[in-house]
Amino acid sequence: MAAPQIVLGLVNGAFYALLSLGLAVIFGMLNVINFAHGAQFMMGAFVAWMLLNWAGIPYWGALILSPLIVGAFGVVLERLMISRLYKMDHLYGLLLTFGLALIIEGVFRNTFGSSGLPYSPPAALTGAPVDLGFMLLPKYRLWVVVAAFVVCIATWLVIEKTRLGAYLRAATENAPLVQAFGVNVPRMVTLTYAAGVGLAALAGVLAAPIYSVNPAMGSNFIITVFAVVVIGGMGSILGSVITGFALGLVEGLTRVVYPEASATVIFVIMAIVLVARPAGLFGRA
Amino acid sequence: MASATTAPVDTLPPATPQSGLFGFTRAQGLALLVMVAAIVALPFFVYPQFLMKLLCFALFACAFNLLIGYVGLLSFGHAAYFGMGSYVSAYASQSWGLSPELCVLIGGAVGAGLGLVFGWIAIRRAGIYFAMITLALAQMVYFFCVQVPFTRGEDGIQGIPRNRLLGLVDLGPDMNMYWFVAGVFLLGFLLIHRIIHSPFGQVLTAIRENEPRATSLGYRVDDYKLLAFVLSAGLAGVAGATKALTVHIATLIDVNWPMSGEVVLMTLLGGLGTLFGPVVGAGVVMTMETYLAPFGAWVTISQGVIFVACVLAFRAGIVGELARLLRVKL
Repeated sequence: MAAPQIVLGLVNGAFYALLSLGLAVIFGMLNVINFAHGAQFMMGAFVAWMLLNWAGIPYWGALILSPLIVGAFGVVLERLMISRLYKMDHLYGLLLTFGLALIIEGVFRNTFGSSGLPYSPPAALTGAPVDLGFMLLPKYRLWVVVAAFVVCIATWLVIEKTRLGAYLRAATENAPLVQAFGVNVPRMVTLTYAAGVGLAALAGVLAAPIYSVNPAMGSNFIITVFAVVVIGGMGSILGSVITGFALGLVEGLTRVVYPEASATVIFVIMAIVLVARPAGLFGRA
Repeated sequence: MASATTAPVDTLPPATPQSGLFGFTRAQGLALLVMVAAIVALPFFVYPQFLMKLLCFALFACAFNLLIGYVGLLSFGHAAYFGMGSYVSAYASQSWGLSPELCVLIGGAVGAGLGLVFGWIAIRRAGIYFAMITLALAQMVYFFCVQVPFTRGEDGIQGIPRNRLLGLVDLGPDMNMYWFVAGVFLLGFLLIHRIIHSPFGQVLTAIRENEPRATSLGYRVDDYKLLAFVLSAGLAGVAGATKALTVHIATLIDVNWPMSGEVVLMTLLGGLGTLFGPVVGAGVVMTMETYLAPFGAWVTISQGVIFVACVLAFRAGIVGELARLLRVKL
C-alpha cells in the first residue's frame, strides 16, 4: 500500500537531486540562480521527443544528444547575456533567467500547445516489473533512480577528485588568482553553465517517459527545487544530492500518511529549517 | 557578500533630503497633478473596467516597490498576499455581505498577517535566498488555495457582489466603483509616499544602501525589514481585495507564481525605487496584455523579452530613464 508512493517519492527525489545539483554547480561558479533551469529541463524532454519523432533517434541516443544540444544552447545564453551580469547584483541574474524561462516556455507553448505529448520508455526498460520481494517496481522507475544516483555521484567525483574539479573549486574561491595562474576562467565559467544546463536536460530526458512532455513541466518542478536548495544550502554538492533524494522520500511518505499535505510538506520543512538553521542543513553561514 | 545584501538599484540617485510640499519635490508634485488629472479624466475616454483593474495593479506594484525599491528586498512571492486579499474580500463580500470598505480592510489585514509570518521566516536570509524563500512560501499558499473548499478550486469565487459603500452608495454601476477604486489607489499611493519620507523610511533607505552600517548605528535592521515587509504585504492585500470586487471574480491566477512575476515586471519596467515608476509600468504591462490576449502565449513571450531587455539594457526603467534625462527626481 505504502510502497508505490514511496517509490514515486524516490523518483521525484531523483529529479530534485539532479536539478538542485545543477543549480548548485551553476551558483557555485557564476553566483547566478538559474531560474531558467526548469525551462531547460523541459527543453531536454522536448528535444528527446523531437529527436525521436523528427529524426528517428531513439531514447538512448537522446540521453546523450539532448543534454549536448541544450547545453550548447546554454553556452549561447551565457556568452550573449548572463556573462554581462557578473559584476552586478546577483538579483539581476535571477531576473534575467526568469525572463528567459518565460520566453522559452512561451515559445514551446506556441509551437506544441499546452497539452502533453506522449513519449514511450525504451523497449529494454518496459515489460514485467522487477519483484523486490515486498513490492513490484516498474523497470523504468528503477532505472531513473539508479541513473540519477550514478550521475550525481559522478558529478561529485569530478568536482571533488579531479584536476578540473580542483580548478573549479579554486575559481569559486578566488577567480582572479586562478586566472593569474593561466587558467581560462571565463571559458570554464561558460562550460560550467553548460554542464549545469546539460544536467537539467538529462533530467528532462529521464522524465519524458514518466510525465507527459509539456511546456509547464519545468515550472512545476523548479519552485519545489528552490525550496530543496534552501533546505540543503548550496554550499555542498553532496548535500544537495542527499537533500534532494531525502525530500522526495519525505514527500512520498506524506502521501501515505496525510495526502492533503503532500504538495506543501517540502515548503513547511523549508520554513522549519529556516527558523532553526537559517544557513540550511549543509550550508555555511 | 556585501553585494548580496544591497539592492539591485545601483543606478538610482542617492536619497536626497525632502523638500517641497509634503515631501514631494517640484517635479514629483507636477507628476502627481498629472496623474490625478489623468485618473479624473480618463474614465470618460477609456473603458472604466480596464482603468479600475489598472489602478489595482498599480497599487500592487507600488506596494511591491516599497520593498524592492526602498529596502532592497526582492520578494518573488507577492502573489500570495495579493491573492489571499482577493479571496478573503471576495468571500466576505459574497458570504457575509460586508460593505466594500470593510472587505478591502479585511483583505489588507489578511495580507499583512500573512506577510508578518512569511516576512519573519524570510528575512533570515538576504539576496537571492530571500527571493527563493518568498517564492516557495507563496507556492505553499497556492497549493493551500487549490485544496481548501472556500476558494472553490479551479472555478474560483465568481459573481462577487460589490455591495454598498458604508451601507449607503451602491457600487454596482462601474462609475461609482471607479471613484471608490481611485480613492483606494490614491490613499495607498500617498501612504507609501509618506512611509518612504518618514524617519522610518529614511532608515529603510539606509539599510538598502549599507546594511552593516545601519546595524552599527544601532538600528534593529531586522525589525525595520519586517515592518516594511508587513506594510508591503498589507497594501498588496488591499490591492487584491479591491481587484476582486472590481472584476467580480477571485481565482487561482491571483495567487499563482506568474502573478508574482508580473508585479516584478511592472516595477522593473517602470523603474525600481521611483515613486511613479510602478504606476507607469503597470499601465504599460496591462495595456500590452490586453492587446496580446488573443494571441495565446505571446503574452508570456513578450513579458520575458521585456524582462531580458530591462535587465540587460534598461535597468533604470521608464521613469528612471526619464528622470535622468530631465535631471529630476520622480
